[in-house]
Amino acid sequence: MSNIKYIIGSFADPDELMDGIDKLQANNISIYDCFTPMPIHGIEAKLGVKPSRLPIAAFCFGLLGGTLGFSLLYYTMTYDWPMNIGGKPALPLPDFVPVTFECTILITALGMVATFFYRNHLFPGRAPRVMDLRATDDRFIIAIDANDNVDHEKIEGLLKEAGAVEVKYNERKYVSYE
Amino acid sequence: MGTHSHHHDYNFSEQFTFTAKARGLSLVALAVGIVAVAIGLLSSEHIIVERTYANLLLMGYYFTCVCAAGGFFLALQFVTQAGWSSGLIRIPQAMASVLPIASVILLIITATGLFSHNLYHHWYAEGLTDPESPNYDALVAGKSAFLNAPGFLLRQVVFMGSYSICSWLLAKYSYNEDLQGGLNSYKKSFKLSALFLVIFGFTTPIWSFDTVMSLEAHWFSTMFGWYNFAAMWVSGLCVITLILILLKKSGYLAWVNENHLHDLGKLIFGFSIFWTYVWFAQFMLIWYANIPEETVYFYKRWEPEYKLWFWVNLFINFVVPILALMDRDAKRKMNILMIVCIVLLLGHWLDYYIMIMPGTVEVHRGFGWIEIGTALGFVGLFSFLVLNKLSRHALAPAKHPFLEESLHHQI
Repeated sequence: MSNIKYIIGSFADPDELMDGIDKLQANNISIYDCFTPMPIHGIEAKLGVKPSRLPIAAFCFGLLGGTLGFSLLYYTMTYDWPMNIGGKPALPLPDFVPVTFECTILITALGMVATFFYRNHLFPGRAPRVMDLRATDDRFIIAIDANDNVDHEKIEGLLKEAGAVEVKYNERKYVSYE
Repeated sequence: MGTHSHHHDYNFSEQFTFTAKARGLSLVALAVGIVAVAIGLLSSEHIIVERTYANLLLMGYYFTCVCAAGGFFLALQFVTQAGWSSGLIRIPQAMASVLPIASVILLIITATGLFSHNLYHHWYAEGLTDPESPNYDALVAGKSAFLNAPGFLLRQVVFMGSYSICSWLLAKYSYNEDLQGGLNSYKKSFKLSALFLVIFGFTTPIWSFDTVMSLEAHWFSTMFGWYNFAAMWVSGLCVITLILILLKKSGYLAWVNENHLHDLGKLIFGFSIFWTYVWFAQFMLIWYANIPEETVYFYKRWEPEYKLWFWVNLFINFVVPILALMDRDAKRKMNILMIVCIVLLLGHWLDYYIMIMPGTVEVHRGFGWIEIGTALGFVGLFSFLVLNKLSRHALAPAKHPFLEESLHHQI
């Protein structure tokens, strides 16, 4: 076995990348992932990427934020020190709506940012995980697992045929650590 | 992605056929409405006449608002240079073209309602502004610089007239574009849209103060205009979406797909929440401050006659869309979206009912042949006029500069 872990097809044009995906899929070659400097319409459907689970995290953070906001109001306004304000009940639910709402939004937004950072290894000071440095600049990348797909010559042929300007054989998954 | 040449087989010159069945149904509904209104207006009981007038105002206002929302939709697309909507723009264009007729009908209703004292008698009656008269009303007298018959009618004519002219012109430019091509129509539409949005934004609140809020002339709320705008925009979007879905179900508009429905669904979802936001902002401040001159509005709506419907209104127009349209897939499925649109259109009828009835017929409210007949009549009239307009032109603006973008819209 060679030490090659991933084959990287590097394209200069997003349409050629899409063409490359079609060609590989037609030949039953599994694609590990694609990296592009900008969003490309339809690429998720083509690659069969599952819908993001971020909304589930958002819902949980929303519940937490709403509960925290309401608890704060309930403790201060109703339980600890009830006051008569304009003759309204000690538990004036309509007045609790804006604060509860804002706390829900705040915790949801902060929580989603934190989740996104956690999932993508983006905390300050962490080395970014990038499989090809130019994928964040001007190249469109298809990464193929070299151990799952053994016919490397055929893969290179298909990538070149689709218009790849460069095909690399990487022995490490992430080049950005080097 | 401009390098690929995209191929499609859509027939952009496709035209809607207004079938004899659809034509007949809408005319039957219109006839039912005319009969119901005629019986109501000729009744010997004063309260029945007033109730008929209140219903005419409700549906006339609803009808005009939905058509104006069509014009507003067009203007918004041009000003933001939106491409996604260009494939379905013939639907709001048909609605916008009908706005002049809707405006004339509403003007007749408000003017005759004013002079026959069936509407607006809270501020327009003998002696209200005369300190010598036993009818003298200091609050109304203080507002009479704004709330007087000539001023009211002038504003009705100027506001609805300007919306009608702009909406009608926006539709006309697009129909001209089909014949001439080029960017001339688009550029003219862009400029007119910017002007229209400024006029519309500043005057629709005042228009709703006049048409609806002045029914209870002692009360006022600065949120009322935005509350009415939200109701108009949500119901307008629902009508656009509903017509789109019905056309697609009949086999038209092959180039409009679930991505466009998704965007319309998001607008309906978002602006239903906006409606709730404004509704609640108006309600909470008045409830908490508890100043009698403000609470009178909600006091009337918390009488046993209205209280149930007051809360049902909030349920239908907030809870239903937020639960039904939260999920991504729900916004992309025609049947779910269609049901939500119908529910919301009924919901905003109830919304207007809650706005209008307590200030006009008060405890003599009802839900019977007058309400159903008037609503049917206006639905029939709207369907007839809009579908007739829709059948006159191609269903796609084939030379719209952003049509290609709409075909590839994907979210």
